[in-house]
Amino acid sequence: MADIEITEAIDPGVSRRNFIKGVIAAGAAVGSANYMFRGVGALFAQPTSPGAVERLITLTVNGQQRRVDVMKQETLAMTLRYKLGLTGTKLGCDRSECGACTVLLDGVPHYSCSILTQSVRGREVKTIEGLAAEDGTLHPVQQAVVDEQGFQCAFCMSGFVMSTVGFLEGNPNPTRAELAHGLSGNLCRCADYDKILTTMERAAENMRQA
Amino acid sequence: MAVIRDMMPVFELFQPASVEDATALLREHGEQAWVMAGGLDSFDWFKDRVKRPAVVVDLGGIEALKGIESTADGLEIRAMTPLTDVVRHPEVREHYGLLSKAAELVASPQIRNQGTLGGNNSQDTRCWYYRDGWTCYRAGGNICYADTPTSMNREHAIFGADRCVAVNPSDTAPALIALDAKMVVQTADGERVVNAEDYFIGPGIDIMRMTVLQPGDLLTSIRIPSTWAGAKFYFEKVRDRQVWDFPLVNVASAIRVSGGTIEDARVAVNGVAPYPMRLTAVEDAIRGASQDEATAERAGEMAVRGARPLRQNAYKIPLMRNLVKRSIRVEA
Ligand SMILES: Cc1cc2nc3c(=O)[nH]c(=O)nc-3n(C[C@H](O)[C@H](O)[C@H](O)COP(=O)(O)OP(=O)(O)OC[C@H]3O[C@@H](n4cnc5c(N)ncnc54)[C@H](O)[C@@H]3O)c2cc1C
Ligand code: SF4
Repeated sequence: MADIEITEAIDPGVSRRNFIKGVIAAGAAVGSANYMFRGVGALFAQPTSPGAVERLITLTVNGQQRRVDVMKQETLAMTLRYKLGLTGTKLGCDRSECGACTVLLDGVPHYSCSILTQSVRGREVKTIEGLAAEDGTLHPVQQAVVDEQGFQCAFCMSGFVMSTVGFLEGNPNPTRAELAHGLSGNLCRCADYDKILTTMERAAENMRQA
Repeated sequence: MAVIRDMMPVFELFQPASVEDATALLREHGEQAWVMAGGLDSFDWFKDRVKRPAVVVDLGGIEALKGIESTADGLEIRAMTPLTDVVRHPEVREHYGLLSKAAELVASPQIRNQGTLGGNNSQDTRCWYYRDGWTCYRAGGNICYADTPTSMNREHAIFGADRCVAVNPSDTAPALIALDAKMVVQTADGERVVNAEDYFIGPGIDIMRMTVLQPGDLLTSIRIPSTWAGAKFYFEKVRDRQVWDFPLVNVASAIRVSGGTIEDARVAVNGVAPYPMRLTAVEDAIRGASQDEATAERAGEMAVRGARPLRQNAYKIPLMRNLVKRSIRVEA
């Protein structure tokens, strides 16, 4: 089976050229069992290795400490959605090409599909669930979405909202063009950009008044 | 292609805190190890199961590899500095605006917040046959799928092909070459400083690598000498969509003009060959010439001499010619 071939293809003695060849030959036939068993044995980190990581880690998400068991190869989007139940973060392309999964790391927008959960230890993760106040008062950017009815299907909305929150932090009084540039890492399949920009201009206004 | 599957296949992950620990890990795991910076190129390979390293060494926790500092002779930008920081840094903007302009045109804001200057210059080609896992030359096979009578090769090379016709996709690379940057590489034998133009290699040297980096090597920083600080700069990138898309062709130039005469110039283009190309013949031809339309015209013509288009990319010849022309005619 493909699984076994792959396990063998990463023998330490194999040259990189052959290693890649073997991997490509095994190609897309690889099943999910593969990531559970592949490499067992040779690859366990020595507990003393510098830089070795633990599976059970603590994350700071929306101001809370969350203990969570994460795999080494797990992306933040997966952890947020499927381990921590924070499904407001959407997965669109899983390839840094749409922006639906945008979250804030220490206030800066990142694609959560394209960063390892292990890399955000010690950083403040903020998702759409963490924007509203304790008493349920919406964040000024969220309020703008409600006020302007900013989105059509709204699958892209949480990503746009998180990008806007991050962007306005550094530029609270943007022109429409600056706002468009700042939010250019988010796609809307309904192509409702004009309305989204109007919404986010309102958001900036709400923020300035808040 | 972007197909969402369940999860990346397993790898062992190390997040060392120092360059020494990182290089020790790389040495220990040899060809099984993959160096990861921002991860934005890396994850595509892992998710598509095309490259499957057993060990990933994440440089993200090494503080010594981050930041921008003034030096006696210019600027030192450490390899793990995110592109956004390069774009915003006051000194980069003021004296080396060519680089901030190039970096600002990379990908999207979120990618620039995470992608590093080192990674941007060490990234692999975007040839989709290769990235889809076809066993082409670059992947260790015996054919180039992009260079057949039916290939889809609109984005591929017009120069420098040697079996492989893929291009280097970096926007910041030609800017670094125009600024005469030096790449500082940590090898098993110690530190090596390489001119930016020599950092990138073509398939004739090694068809499976884009840079001089050997397994186990680390790019630690990029030094920008003050030689070209404050020169006249020009950067232009042409792409299909104004966000995310890689350059079809881009151009970077640094020119010193005195009394209407070009005293010195450096010009580089990317997206046209498997490595970013410094146009030394053009530089030689325009040095001492007056900065006018005729010189710009001549520079453009010279730049594309010897180009060999593939089935779908002949448009890159006039595109490159005109971009080079514009980069020379830049307002003095
Ligand atoms: C959707 C999308 C669009 C993009 N558009 C553009 C674009 O328009 N223009 C452009 O220029 N780029 C573009 N990029 C590339 C992006 O900007 C990143 O620069 C690139 O992905 C690599 O940077 P990284 O820090 O994420 O590196 P990684 O993905 O972590 O690394 C890339 C490669 O370089 C090696 N490497 C990285 N750092 C070092 C180091 N210090 N020492 C040794 N080896 C190292 C890694 O081993 C790996 O092979 C795009 C990327 C994506 C995903
Ligand atoms: S252009 Fe290079 S990377 Fe693309 S198929 Fe041909 S050999 Fe492979």
